[in-house]
Amino acid sequence: MGWDRIAEKLEILADAAKYDVSCSSSGSKRKNDNKGLGNAEGMGICHAYTEDGRCVSLLKILLTNFCIFDCAYCVSRKSNDIKRAAFTVQEVVDLTINFYRRNYIEGLFLSSGIFKNADYTMERLVLIAKKLRTEHRFNGYIHLKAIPGSSNELLQEAGLYADRLSVNVEMPTEQSLKLLAPDKNRADMIHPMKYIQGALRQYKDEKAVIKSTPLFAPAGQSTQMVIGATPDTDLHVLYTANHFYSKLNLKRVYYSGYVPIRTDNRLPALGTPVPVIRENRLYQADWLLRFYGFKVDEIISPQQPLLDLDIDPKLAWALRNLDVFPVDVNKADLAIIKRIPGIGVQSALKIVAARKFSRLGWDHLKKMGIAINRARYFITCQSPLFEKKDYLPEQIKQLILSSAHSKYTASFSPQGSLF
Amino acid sequence: MQVLVYDGSFAGLLTAVFDVYEYKYAGATIVPEARRQDSIFATSHMVYTDEIKAQRVWKGLEATINRAGINALYRTFLSEQAGMEDMLLRYMQYAFLKGNIGSDYSHEAVRYVTDTAKKVHREKHRMEAFVRFQLTKDNLYYATVEPDFNVLPLIEPHFRKRYADQRWLIYDVKRKYGLYYDLKQVQYITLTFNDAHGNGKAVAAILDETEEIYQQLWQKYFASVNIASRKNMKLHIQHMPRRYWKYLPEKQPR
Repeated sequence: MGWDRIAEKLEILADAAKYDVSCSSSGSKRKNDNKGLGNAEGMGICHAYTEDGRCVSLLKILLTNFCIFDCAYCVSRKSNDIKRAAFTVQEVVDLTINFYRRNYIEGLFLSSGIFKNADYTMERLVLIAKKLRTEHRFNGYIHLKAIPGSSNELLQEAGLYADRLSVNVEMPTEQSLKLLAPDKNRADMIHPMKYIQGALRQYKDEKAVIKSTPLFAPAGQSTQMVIGATPDTDLHVLYTANHFYSKLNLKRVYYSGYVPIRTDNRLPALGTPVPVIRENRLYQADWLLRFYGFKVDEIISPQQPLLDLDIDPKLAWALRNLDVFPVDVNKADLAIIKRIPGIGVQSALKIVAARKFSRLGWDHLKKMGIAINRARYFITCQSPLFEKKDYLPEQIKQLILSSAHSKYTASFSPQGSLF
Repeated sequence: MQVLVYDGSFAGLLTAVFDVYEYKYAGATIVPEARRQDSIFATSHMVYTDEIKAQRVWKGLEATINRAGINALYRTFLSEQAGMEDMLLRYMQYAFLKGNIGSDYSHEAVRYVTDTAKKVHREKHRMEAFVRFQLTKDNLYYATVEPDFNVLPLIEPHFRKRYADQRWLIYDVKRKYGLYYDLKQVQYITLTFNDAHGNGKAVAAILDETEEIYQQLWQKYFASVNIASRKNMKLHIQHMPRRYWKYLPEKQPR
């Protein structure tokens, strides 16, 4: 067999797929109850981590990097002079099964460049998923890209075989999309998202009545936006994300810091650093929306449309709202405790559970893993010793920054050091 | 001080706890036979593992603390850490005195058990991620591991459910036993190696001819998904500590 050619295709098509950041393999309910191969009922597993520290959970590849579109931010755009390749359906199936059997992966993440038209491409993606599920009784995780513009029938069929479907909106605003991807339009992306939302809801209702209703994309749908390729602010990004969460019931919105890949006057110059800190702050804000009960207008406002890069958005909120603090950890509601800087969801739950047994002091909090160096300015506990000074927000910020060493310090310094 | 010496088994440990109550020992300490150090200041008591006594203690615990607490106790035992027996004893004594104390994180033993169970759980999860099977000529998927804690009993259900249609063997070379699935059930087995490869590393001769190819494809895939301009070795090593590398094909030199 032409193993060398397969290896070459794998390199080309994995390289082209890597800018899709989603690698989640969790949240599905697919059990192995047919004595087949694989099980996707539990939490996700990262089987490896790349040298850039990202999780490798799925075999993430494009079916092909031939593409009829010419999106400025994309490596596979048709005007780019790169090696092109295409897998056959059987090659993708064999790679997935053989990697899965060796416990390298949790499943398959399959995307594709658009060749001929949307339906033609989508048909092949669906065929691969179908083969895996029916011929190989594969119960591992499958994430399929829903190709914008493909028919409802194909989306429906995709949902029957995939665990997650996703459509990338690519850019936070319609104007940016027009500028960088003139062949695409936002309506083509929103349509499949809405269709999938409707289908998910319908299957859920049917499932409540008829237990044997087959699964439909049990891990829901997600999307991705490129950050830093255009002048869109965090306000745009977070309001768009919030819209997807609240109106379209998306499971996840991913933010992908733009990696400069070409010279184009519409884009940041080659050599511009990837905006990793901004990306990190956006994910922190995203977590606040989904797990911490924050409203989007508490995190960002038109007056300050960019997140503070020095401090995380939760601390920034606390500093803007010092009148809420100090909070007594032995009495306050869980919702308020989750809002204290230095206390995460897990720690907040621990505090609420542990305070039923005894009143908590600094020592207890420290041993429970709370970041006292941040939390101390915002809480009182079973101790006469607590911050009594009325600090100004700026003072607290400086005190916290000086007591912690940011992992991003190097990225802040304007100049590289010589030694 | 009263020292109780047990055989290192979980039932043995529970029997020791039973004996602490039966003999009304105050200030008792429990040590496994393997770590026994006789001292002139302590009297030692030999524990004879007794399933019935162990069952009584276990039932008592199940009636007292919730599922999460029960799991944490067993996981702490599997950590094999020196001194975990005394912490487990204190945890159980506190539970029998006060009831369901699994979330009283201000108590030292409760915190120790919670934290240790978390470490063991993390190792379990890592093994589920880092086991790498190699296909042999007789169609067996074979993996060797060297976990920090004794997690094979914990990962068994995961692999049984996942690889229901292939024969597989996961061997712990440190503790010298393994899990073997024969398409019907999982058995605990020990192997005797009669060649120089006593560490259990698969020899190239017994591997299927496609094995090497798929390992290379995996290495190529792993190298291709990296984004060089985002390199972050600190994070990489934090997630994939070096001690696991020797069993991962993607971390072998190409």
